[in-house]
Amino acid sequence: MSESKALPKLGQSEAAQGYLLIAPPLLYALALLAVPLGAIVLFSFWSQDYLTLDHALTLKNYREAFSEPLYGQLLLRSLMISGAVTVVTVLSAFPIAYFVSFHVAPGRKSMWIFLITIPFWTSYLIRVFLWKVILGYNGVLNTTLQGLGFIDEPLTFILYNANAVVITLAHAFAPFAILPIFVALEKIDRSLLEAGRDLGESHLMTFWRVTLPLAMPGVVAAVLIVFIPTVGDYVTPRLVGGPGGLMIANMIQTQFLKLNNAPMGAALAVLAMAMVTAVSILFILINRRFLKGSK
Amino acid sequence: MKDTPAQSSPIITLENVEKYYGDYHALRGISAEIGQGEFFSLLGPSGCGKTTLLRTIAGFEALSSGRLTIDGRDMAGVPANKRPTNMVFQSYAIFPHLSVAENVGFGLRRAPLSKAEKARAVGEALEMVGLAGYGARAAHALSGGQRQRVALARALILKPKVLLLDEPLSALDKKLREQMQLELRRLQRQVGITFILVTHDQEEALIMSDRIAVMFEGQIAQLDAPQMLYRRPVTRQVGEFIGVMNFLPARATMTDQDHIEVEASGLGRAVIGPDQVPGGFHPGQTASVGIRPETMSILFAGETTDRRVATGIVEDRAYYGDMTYYEVRLEGVERPMTISMKNLVGRPVLDRGAEARVAWDAGSLVLFA
Repeated sequence: MSESKALPKLGQSEAAQGYLLIAPPLLYALALLAVPLGAIVLFSFWSQDYLTLDHALTLKNYREAFSEPLYGQLLLRSLMISGAVTVVTVLSAFPIAYFVSFHVAPGRKSMWIFLITIPFWTSYLIRVFLWKVILGYNGVLNTTLQGLGFIDEPLTFILYNANAVVITLAHAFAPFAILPIFVALEKIDRSLLEAGRDLGESHLMTFWRVTLPLAMPGVVAAVLIVFIPTVGDYVTPRLVGGPGGLMIANMIQTQFLKLNNAPMGAALAVLAMAMVTAVSILFILINRRFLKGSK
Repeated sequence: MKDTPAQSSPIITLENVEKYYGDYHALRGISAEIGQGEFFSLLGPSGCGKTTLLRTIAGFEALSSGRLTIDGRDMAGVPANKRPTNMVFQSYAIFPHLSVAENVGFGLRRAPLSKAEKARAVGEALEMVGLAGYGARAAHALSGGQRQRVALARALILKPKVLLLDEPLSALDKKLREQMQLELRRLQRQVGITFILVTHDQEEALIMSDRIAVMFEGQIAQLDAPQMLYRRPVTRQVGEFIGVMNFLPARATMTDQDHIEVEASGLGRAVIGPDQVPGGFHPGQTASVGIRPETMSILFAGETTDRRVATGIVEDRAYYGDMTYYEVRLEGVERPMTISMKNLVGRPVLDRGAEARVAWDAGSLVLFA
């Protein structure tokens, strides 16, 4: 019998060794994710009068958030915009992923995926600025269309409003949507598609009855990956959104930094998180349904 | 080469079918007729083009040239979903997102049947393959043999003119495979549909088929009934591929229309008929004779025979319980030949190095010249 078995010391049981192993990232995650998250939730139940924080727990912020129509409006707009971004991104990502998976020679696929990630080489901020240059009143798009004689007046509905936010975010998140859909499509056994054809279905119906249902886990993943971060995005609405394209994150920032009302900002942040969680759970439940059949 | 024709009117005709993949010549002038209600096998080593041929019939591959008709209709330009064929895929291709019943009923979507009629058809198809009551199961919860039955039911429910089977038994273990071979044969007789089976397993082809097309390098080497293929292979390659065949160098001369004189090393002189030269007699070429292991026998001590007798030495033996396989080297022959003997009551098993008298008949020789 070994000594260690007779006298188990700290750090020698299997569980303790496991904890030891994950301790650094665990501490890191606790310090930088759990603690701030807890702080936000705690803040949302406090109140602030100019510079003095009142630590007494109160529901005042939440009452205000629900009674003041501006907040609800911003939350709703955030949902609408990121919903639109998600729809546009996933709908445009699907054909690209499909093309790479089904029509690119196997040896070239990794190169295509590599090319798709190229936009990530420049910073997010620079890409947003570039869209400003493209969509602006005297921007690339308007001058080109005017030069070609398609329009007389520059188009104004494409910058400093919600449309611009949707266009910019959809571009920024495209690779995040393409990759999970691509992976799901790659996993589909090609003989299933031949079986669909063999059993009398056209290409289109085979796509509808076989390819799409089997790609759904990838589509749902893409929806979540795009939807969750875009609800809270505040750089893009700030830069290209104009007054009509502002979202809830911009209001949270304003509460924290300009209005000196951190508790109110925190309450809005908690509400936004709750909203995202609700939508995510909905999609995860949908995904369960599609994952039911496969392992 | 004269092939055995189909016994019934042809459901499929292939005329000079060619298939190229770029420079690769996958099918080289395939011509054949496959009969109504026939169990037809495409047999050959991997890469011989048998699966390609099956896929051209299914409509997954277009012909480079030549003609394919199914039930009298030219199939040029007819896509897979419009052909009167259904396929059992090698991987079975069971839809993982659907239940067993949904898989089996997949092809019924546009059938002019009510929901209840479709459900009944699915139930009947499942019963036919021995899976009654499995309809509600998830596809991924099935075993390999069950998946294959689902694939069969899914194809047969559409009552195709031709059922195509792409190595359907290769993924199953030996016991299950043997059971499914007989079951497939029974099913084929029951439904009366033409089955075309692709396989690389010669035993499987012999057991199941009415006729077999043996393919090498994109061509049909021989198209015959199993017995003819086994007993009268047209080339050494076919003889070697199907079962075990011993080959001996030989000299042959044609004495008259109906007699060929053969001088085979180790065996000696014999006179054979033209039917024993299934590949045709080409004088002047290096010839060899082929003889199957079970057509010869070893004469044990005291046994006499009026058959021809050759002598040799037992080089090796393999004892299989019911059978013993001897490797006997005949006098004047370099390579030993295989002789199989049933282990009947009272028969000894010869040891290595023992002298052996081998009885044979001129009638079981096949000449390749």
